[in-house]
Amino acid sequence: MSQRIHVQTEINGEAQDFLCDPRESLLDVLRNTMGLTGAKEGCRNGNCGACNVIMDGILVNSCLVLAVEAEGSSITTVEGINTPVGLHLIQQKYMDHAALQCGICTLGLIVATKALLDHNPAPTEHDVRLWLAGNLCRCTGYDKIVRAVLDAAEAMRENV
Amino acid sequence: MTEKTPTLDTASESKYRIIGKRVDRYDAADKVTGQAVYGADVHPSNLLYGKVLRSPHAHARILSIDTSAAEALEGVHAVITGADLPSVSDRIVDLGETATSLRYQSDNILAKDKALYFGHAIAAVSATQPYIAEEAVSLIKVEYEILPPVLDVRKAMRPDSTLLHDDIFTDELGQKSTQASNVASHIRHAQGDVEAGFRQADVIIEHEFETTMVHQGYIEPHNATAIYNPSGQITIWCSTQGSFGVRSQTSDVLDVPISSVHVIPTEIGGGFGGKNSIYLEPLAVLLSKKSNNRPVKLTMTRAESLAATGPTSGSYIRVKLGADANGHLTAAKLYLAYEAGAFPGSPVGSAAGSMISEYRISNVLIDGYDVVVNKPRTEAYRAPGTSNAVFAVETVVDELCEKLGMDPIAFRLLNAAKEGDRRPDGPTHPRIGFIETLQAAQSHDHYQTPLDGKYRGRGVACGYWGNWGGRSSVSASMNADGTISLITGSIDLSGTRTTTAMQLAETLGIDLEDIVPQVADTNSVSNTEGTYGSRTTFATGWAAHKLGCKLIDAVKERAALLWDIPVDTVDYEDGCIFSKANRLTFKDISKYLDETGGPLMVSATSFEGGHGPSATTHIVDVEVDPDTGKVDILRYTAIQDVGKAIHPDFVEGQIQGGVVQGIGWALNEGYFYNDEGQLLNANFLDYRMPTFLDVPMIEAVLVEVSNPRHPYGVRGVGEVPIVPPPAAVANAIHDAIGVRLTALPMSPARVLEAVWEQTPSAYLG
Repeated sequence: MSQRIHVQTEINGEAQDFLCDPRESLLDVLRNTMGLTGAKEGCRNGNCGACNVIMDGILVNSCLVLAVEAEGSSITTVEGINTPVGLHLIQQKYMDHAALQCGICTLGLIVATKALLDHNPAPTEHDVRLWLAGNLCRCTGYDKIVRAVLDAAEAMRENV
Repeated sequence: MTEKTPTLDTASESKYRIIGKRVDRYDAADKVTGQAVYGADVHPSNLLYGKVLRSPHAHARILSIDTSAAEALEGVHAVITGADLPSVSDRIVDLGETATSLRYQSDNILAKDKALYFGHAIAAVSATQPYIAEEAVSLIKVEYEILPPVLDVRKAMRPDSTLLHDDIFTDELGQKSTQASNVASHIRHAQGDVEAGFRQADVIIEHEFETTMVHQGYIEPHNATAIYNPSGQITIWCSTQGSFGVRSQTSDVLDVPISSVHVIPTEIGGGFGGKNSIYLEPLAVLLSKKSNNRPVKLTMTRAESLAATGPTSGSYIRVKLGADANGHLTAAKLYLAYEAGAFPGSPVGSAAGSMISEYRISNVLIDGYDVVVNKPRTEAYRAPGTSNAVFAVETVVDELCEKLGMDPIAFRLLNAAKEGDRRPDGPTHPRIGFIETLQAAQSHDHYQTPLDGKYRGRGVACGYWGNWGGRSSVSASMNADGTISLITGSIDLSGTRTTTAMQLAETLGIDLEDIVPQVADTNSVSNTEGTYGSRTTFATGWAAHKLGCKLIDAVKERAALLWDIPVDTVDYEDGCIFSKANRLTFKDISKYLDETGGPLMVSATSFEGGHGPSATTHIVDVEVDPDTGKVDILRYTAIQDVGKAIHPDFVEGQIQGGVVQGIGWALNEGYFYNDEGQLLNANFLDYRMPTFLDVPMIEAVLVEVSNPRHPYGVRGVGEVPIVPPPAAVANAIHDAIGVRLTALPMSPARVLEAVWEQTPSAYLG
């Protein structure tokens, strides 16, 4: 048995620590060790975005981050997107626009949308498509997702 | 209350209280917060992780398997090989949209004597951690005798070809041949006299087409978690399109009673036909049995999903069409050779039934061949087998229009099939809305707006798909507050809990919020076919309507007891039970259940015909980059007869999603094998599905030609949207650069080659 490593981190605003094998990805630890299964594994090589989390303000594919690299970092998973009073506007707009079908890509997309709107509160349709091009969705054809994101951006600007 | 007699409904918006409204989806909140539990999220106590060893060879005899080193690795609990599966008979098993022999199903799950494709499962391991299981499979030593791979469908059909199986004898139009072959079957549909039809033609066009295998590409790979408990009871959690299919297939392959298998379906991350068959479930069960009854979870990687689950067929197709000078189609001769993959069962039959059925042609001859090759066994993919066939047919139709100087929509209107016309494969069309989609396309702003610009072109293509009905079961319990718990056996891929509840609420005349729908496991509801064949809103919705009628009868009986009057003096309307002297709401009856007999629970099933076929017309504008061969989609409009759209958002979503899958099939997706039969692009970077950046908004136009054989006019909507896109895009490319492409995908390399072939000077720059 290889030496397991102790990692201290912050997940969704709470201090967390875990033991991991050096070869484990952040995705594996989130799902199997921390029980945070909102990040999904679609490809395990960074092509689909279903495992997106925000790490120190940067959108990452958690399947491409080694768990040990999370030492000292602050991570937001989809479970941390909700506001204390309920759904985030992004989540609400995905629901309002029926921007999900099977839902497996939706969680990574919501995290990616949060990262987009944190960086760019007034994206164009092209900005949305470019930013989200790392997230594959096979059900929707993307149309309703783009509308949901543009609507969420507008609603969030009005809410400020 | 008797069931609503299906009638031709003109789809007026005002007619329904709930149907046709864009209501909230019941399961959406859990799916945007991460709370919805998918197959890979299941984590029973004391869980072990499994991993499958897969063949690196496309065709090889397995001489020996040495598992000792894997078994000796610390953390490994069990290793299984094909020898652990019981030997099974040759009987046919139903896989939902396809069927296969039980022996082939077993051999596909774990190879016995031969590995028949790159990725074929050879052995499986359970261990305490996923990475230990991964290490363990690398320690299994397999001795192979490598055989020549059979990779080309036409070469596979030759009498001198290497054989995959020595026991396949061609089913030649119903007669078994005596010589072993890779051709599993030859089917034929014949109508009229095709040679006479061509003699009547003034224009005849004939082309050959080739397409490669493509995958459904659901984002969630296959998974299964199973426990074989000490009493021999089996519990399986998995992402599947049909829990009852998983139960019967697992019981067949493991040769255990069906009652010993309990399937708990989780949320599912996409299927599109690819999650009807089992792959991992029996392995997880056997590993659990050999791991001291600890639960075992198996999840596929993306590479495994692409290499070793069922894509749809690659194909070789010949299309010959004739039309007279007035534009009437006089004859069609179609030849289809479909790759079945390693075991028989390609969708060549459904392709033959749908590829040209939206046209009225007196003389048709369709020959279809189901051919085994050393590639993964094919599975259903959204209107199975039809997109590639229609790519061929509609390309030739487009060329006929060009030669005749006719508008492509006017030509199709002239030849459009309608109610009473006979399909080439036998059935007579019920009421279909093909003509209505063409008329809507003709007057649509997209078609009316001229397209300007060099290297830009517009294409039109149509599609038809028969849809399916099948078995569905639902039940309802009245809660203490008068709300209804609705149980359905149908897996919800895209909102069908909600569309089923909407049809029940409409029938009962109550608020949708008063119905709580839930997808049940195989012990909690009766047999329900998988969510495939565009059947769920149609068939499970029909069951929900029947359920509502039974509930109305039940509450009328309760009210009659309460009011002490004959039941035939009690009426029900708009959510109210009433007699001359009394009135109660549907919900209010909950207060009087105990004094009228106790709890109220009813169930209903449906097993109906009458699934209305779907027809659709697509318009696409493209721009071709003459320097790179890249094709950009500028605008896309899909006009579809949707029967009655129960939830228009969901119907639009089905159309938009199907179109974009079809665009992927048209432009980029395809399996690339090397000469040894190894799949070279088993990842999402190289198996290039459309991203957000690759497509524009997709306009979905819903034409509602009610299905007269459904209580609410529903016809399936999910599959036909994928049918026209490859043809529509090909026709647009022709309009843009004057080149007819006859192979899929129409990748930049193929487009560029075609440009250079046409204009050699372009090659020289």
